[in-house]
Amino acid sequence: MKKELTVQERCAIPRHEMPHQDPAKRVRNFDEVALGWDRETAMEEAERCLLCKNPQCVTNCPAEIDIPGFVRKIAEGDFLEAARVLRASSALPAVCGRVCPQETQCELTCVMGKKYKSVAIGRLERFASDYALFKEQLPVPAIAAPTGKRVAVVGAGPAGITVAGDLVKLGHDVTLYEALHEPGGVLLYGIPEFRLPKEIVRLEVEVIQQLGVKLVTNFVVGRTASVDELLQEFDAVFLGNGAGAPSFLNVPGENLNGVYSASEYLTRCNLMKAYQFPRYTTPVATGKKVAVLGGGNVAMDAVRMSLRRSADASTILYRRSRKEMPARVEEIENAEEEGVKFHFLINPVRFLGNETGWVTGVECLRMELGEPDASGRRRPIPIKGSEFVVDVDMVVVAIGQSANPIVASTATGVETNERGYFIADEDGRTTKPGVCAGGDIVTGAATVILAIGAGKKAARAMHEYLSGNGSWPVVTPHK
Amino acid sequence: MHTILLKKILTERTWHMRVAAPLIARKCQAGQFLMLRIHENGERIPLTIANWDREAGTIDIYFQEIGATTELLASMKEGDTILDVVGPLGNPTHVEKLDGTFVMVGGGFGIAAGYPVARAFKEAGNRVIAVLGAKTKNLLICEDLLKSVCDEVLVATNDGSYGSQGMVSDVLQSLLDGGEKIVLVYPVGPPIMMKVISQMTLPLKLKTIVSLNSVMVDGTGMCGSCRVTVAGRTRFVCSEGIDFDGHEVNWDEMMSRQKMYSRQEKEALEYYHEHGGCQGGCQ
Repeated sequence: MKKELTVQERCAIPRHEMPHQDPAKRVRNFDEVALGWDRETAMEEAERCLLCKNPQCVTNCPAEIDIPGFVRKIAEGDFLEAARVLRASSALPAVCGRVCPQETQCELTCVMGKKYKSVAIGRLERFASDYALFKEQLPVPAIAAPTGKRVAVVGAGPAGITVAGDLVKLGHDVTLYEALHEPGGVLLYGIPEFRLPKEIVRLEVEVIQQLGVKLVTNFVVGRTASVDELLQEFDAVFLGNGAGAPSFLNVPGENLNGVYSASEYLTRCNLMKAYQFPRYTTPVATGKKVAVLGGGNVAMDAVRMSLRRSADASTILYRRSRKEMPARVEEIENAEEEGVKFHFLINPVRFLGNETGWVTGVECLRMELGEPDASGRRRPIPIKGSEFVVDVDMVVVAIGQSANPIVASTATGVETNERGYFIADEDGRTTKPGVCAGGDIVTGAATVILAIGAGKKAARAMHEYLSGNGSWPVVTPHK
Repeated sequence: MHTILLKKILTERTWHMRVAAPLIARKCQAGQFLMLRIHENGERIPLTIANWDREAGTIDIYFQEIGATTELLASMKEGDTILDVVGPLGNPTHVEKLDGTFVMVGGGFGIAAGYPVARAFKEAGNRVIAVLGAKTKNLLICEDLLKSVCDEVLVATNDGSYGSQGMVSDVLQSLLDGGEKIVLVYPVGPPIMMKVISQMTLPLKLKTIVSLNSVMVDGTGMCGSCRVTVAGRTRFVCSEGIDFDGHEVNWDEMMSRQKMYSRQEKEALEYYHEHGGCQGGCQ
């Protein structure tokens, strides 16, 4: 038995860094940038956890993971048990360990972080869940006796995978519908291989399939069958179809060739593997001078993809300042290391093209920051007469998503708000009994972990409905 | 997996296939399309659903060999399987009883896409005329199919080898000159033909609905690859169409966007010719 460390000894251990592929090398490949930890590093980092009686990290984890519990098991060297603790709460721990913004979630409230650096919870999560995916298999856990209730989950993204995983464990008969040819949603088509290997997504989905979730791909709810039709066949339905429609700037020239939405550029590259063209048949433009408009994680993914795929120079054009960028600091740093240039306080006003209809430039205005707007961030205001042109041969517009109406249009009685998102209470209940919704199609584009959190709450609400007398509260929209 | 149940060559490089797709056959309506991906390494391409049998669970597609994917599809045999077929996608064509004649103007293999629409308008109790165009007699497809659902089928060939000599627009003009009370024109085929027809009917204020065929990836409104400017506003063909008012479409932009990948399409075709169909992707 290993000696228990004192609090002082735990505090004395410095937080461990994540080794990365060398920037010069990694811009020439599509392999994962973050290389992961060996067992010694993980065990030593795990010793930093103070094992708080009232763990603040857990209160800020939408997936409700027993964080001290799994970290403790890593410190003890029982990695499989650590993975089991993770999987008891989350269907996507290997994904979350990579893409969850821990610095604003569990690690933000980690007590260690008050005086020292917080425990690297995300990296530990990744270590333990990878161990159970690649080194030693977790036995399939026992699930509750069949309830005889049938549940349809619409959309195999983070929210849907979570709901399916939680409800199947409770004994319900779950069918997971996916519009594309593979499950994963944004984890598959949006987040690039170099940040989240697709093998990880595939393996995590396999785990819930082993639990008994039936996966149906190439099934577009809203087209192949309506939500109303699903309700004839199923006792409850979860709508987790994602925001699913790219936003554009609506400025002149935006439909020139070479101008992409981030969704299109990333879907071609990630889902369709256009970066391996022509071995994979889907084409994608091979821009040399690329501008990506936006400052979120999706913009970082697109700009870093462009460098790997074809570009000599890739630039972020963002209309606010660095401080207001919604992207994770880690991703901004990764992009900078790889040679991405950032231009702040710039607003594109139109796209210029050549005689063949291909984009050649982005005409921009310089901005200055004014008073804070509704989001609390200082509103950018254009400076008159400051027009200039950025030379490009490819542009990616990464300014967000709006609601795709295909699912909602066939869901009688499931009300949407003025922007097309489903109205749901705090637990995901919509205005129609038996129908819950969660993830981006309720909140608008957000993070993977918030979708997982919404999925967990909705799964509980649906289980309650399926186990009870079928009562359904009057839904007041959750703010 | 979707089995190819029937494969027929119609003219040089133009094919008709019947594919098992019960979920699509159950639901599809005139004007809708599907996306297919032949194997693991393949691209997703949109094709109009030209016919269906709800009982048998089959759908019919027509396509021309113009690139790597369509050449590969044409090389497949009855009994072979297509990995992914998804649909029905797009909005069904708005069909109603009209106060006058419905004219479907079909060009090339677009004629097949116009067939279910002509049939739907006929079933809604309308007088339906089909105007079919081809370069030459041998390249004309689906004439009998259209005859089975139309009051009249008129053909124009560029070389005059069959029907009247000239363009489909000439036939439409002579219908108008002859006093036919046309209230809705539905051109489907090459964009240039749809543009010409739309330009011709604009000054006549003759309602013209076109069926657009854009470059797509997912086919469900997720990516915006298919976007086109209609009445000055960007619209997604896959989720908001595929039918639009022909008088409001920015045709030059639409045609330019269709050529976005012409260089890569050539490269993909060369790769296909060198490496063969499966590219390591199918069994």
